[in-house]
Amino acid sequence: MNSQNGRPLILKVEDLVTRFNTPEGVVHAVNGVSFELHEGETIGVVGESGCGKSVTMHSILQLIPRPPGKIIRGRALFHDEDLIHLAPEEIRHVRGAQIGMIFQDPMTSLNPVITIGKQVAEPLMLHLGMNKADAQKRVIELLELVGISQAENRIGQYPHQFSGGMRQRVMIAMALACNPQILIADEPTTALDVTIQAQIVELVKKLRDELGMAVIWITHDLGIVAGLAQRVLVMYAGFIIEESLVKELYINPQHPYTLGLLRSLPRLDSNEHQRLTTIPGLPPILMNEPKGCPFSPRCPYRFERCAENPPLLEIEVGHRAACWWNVQEGKPRND
Amino acid sequence: MTETLLKVEGLVKHFPILAGVFQRQVGVVHAVDGITFDVRKGETFGLVGESGCGKSTAGRTILQLYRPTAGNVFFDGIDLVKLKGEELRRLRRRMQMIFQDPYASLNPRMSVGEILAEPLVVHEVAKGQEIRERVDELLNIVRLSPGFAARYPHEFSGGQRQRIGVARALALEPEFIVCDEPISALDVSIQAQVINLLEDLQSQFNLAYLFIAHDLSVVRHISQRVAVMYLGLLVEMAERNELYSHPLHPYTQALLSAVPIPDPFKEEKRQRIILEGDVPSPVNPPSGCHFRTRCPLAEKICAEREPEWREVAPNHWVACHLV
Repeated sequence: MNSQNGRPLILKVEDLVTRFNTPEGVVHAVNGVSFELHEGETIGVVGESGCGKSVTMHSILQLIPRPPGKIIRGRALFHDEDLIHLAPEEIRHVRGAQIGMIFQDPMTSLNPVITIGKQVAEPLMLHLGMNKADAQKRVIELLELVGISQAENRIGQYPHQFSGGMRQRVMIAMALACNPQILIADEPTTALDVTIQAQIVELVKKLRDELGMAVIWITHDLGIVAGLAQRVLVMYAGFIIEESLVKELYINPQHPYTLGLLRSLPRLDSNEHQRLTTIPGLPPILMNEPKGCPFSPRCPYRFERCAENPPLLEIEVGHRAACWWNVQEGKPRND
Repeated sequence: MTETLLKVEGLVKHFPILAGVFQRQVGVVHAVDGITFDVRKGETFGLVGESGCGKSTAGRTILQLYRPTAGNVFFDGIDLVKLKGEELRRLRRRMQMIFQDPYASLNPRMSVGEILAEPLVVHEVAKGQEIRERVDELLNIVRLSPGFAARYPHEFSGGQRQRIGVARALALEPEFIVCDEPISALDVSIQAQVINLLEDLQSQFNLAYLFIAHDLSVVRHISQRVAVMYLGLLVEMAERNELYSHPLHPYTQALLSAVPIPDPFKEEKRQRIILEGDVPSPVNPPSGCHFRTRCPLAEKICAEREPEWREVAPNHWVACHLV
């Protein structure tokens, strides 16, 4: 499958494995992740802390500290280049110009002693070779694009003079500075209040539609993904355990973990008080070599077959789940 | 109707801002600016608001961890504001607190057994063997193995630590617990475990909770009544379903519309009210209605006069000129 609604493929990640060597042992952070992203498409990557969602994206952009991190194998084809094996100066150009990134904490991602104007101008001068005057003009345009009013007066200010929501807007302006083809957003609204989160989500949707970029939105919030993504990857213990179009995932979840997550959420839209269904046990420990299905210790549907780790099995076109059990029909899956 | 356990009347907490060599007071943070509500026996009262709205300060001021600037807090008919020293300490047994950060709220140098025994020793309610029995019982109540008493906090996951925090709060058999964002630091799959535990304990021990949180979905799930706070003041208060189905204050409406719902079909049809800008500083709250600077409906009167806190329908309170 090389197109999604006829859109050409832009990023293809194949069998990515990333580990960290720590004094306590080897952390198996990403254990063979493969996915595709198409032009203009938005995918949501969902999972709890430590599931490998951030490490996957950081590995692709060569942003994990090495050592202790190590990419054991895998490829990330962006057009025809393998990002994982690019030389440092080449990947720097991709990161600043062709793939933009925003992070959870905009305060630590901005330099506190450099003015906002200079920080947003940096990628323009570095990657596009603009001179100072042109860059400044473009910075003002960009800040206005992300909804910062009186941008001319604010370019001389420092990050501490901006609120959390405004800083995240600055980060988005920087990420968009060189018209990237892909925007990777790593929990960009987790530290923000819900009314500010709504502002940022609406802004990214608007810019995505106007500029036609693809978006990878990493989050633990199944609510945000429902309103933003076309396709969803669910991660657990360094594996993608389910992949689906967004509506299909919520109506017809196929992995017991996805099902459990959806049932455990308190709902804003429910008048009845129902006891929450819980996923028993604790999130996985990644110190051990993965053996069998990583979710099986917490899984209510576990049976003998789960001693063998299931690959992503096709449920229907575009919907795959890594589970031997058919949760909807209550019987083992034919593979 | 069930009996009132806690009555908060016109509660105000201001923090002075000091500056210069002589630490002169140069301003005041209006953290809590006059709030009134009550909590009934065995009830969960939800207090929601965004960061900096004063909800945590309100919780701490109610328990007299901060002494209020003005107002009264009646617990079972006794005004806590007038109590001092030993009298207050004796009442404190009956009200406890669960904190947000299970990593910061447990002493890393004390074993779980010592952490749970401390309130029993301080309040002299048990000795020797009794303490050990009570510690085992507490661990059992929060569904942790009694063997955990000898271990230290760093050996536990976030969800387990929060259970230890809950066990400590239960040690003295309180009637009232302030839960300050008790699940927001936990992973999604663990949040439901702690919510269910809190609900079970409530029915087992007839506890009243003041449940402080920013997550409106969680508050709807766990509370019987809910109040919404903005910049030091309550803007709306009602029964759970009334508030979520018929929000009257423009802030409540915007807040509810901003919460994402995990349902792509509903999300597709939703109209969001996007508020402009950020919450103003509590050092200089706006004149009149505190929300008017971001309110899409604000009129002239909103800047001139503070809206009255009034009951517009049975048990549905709101502070807005336009309702």
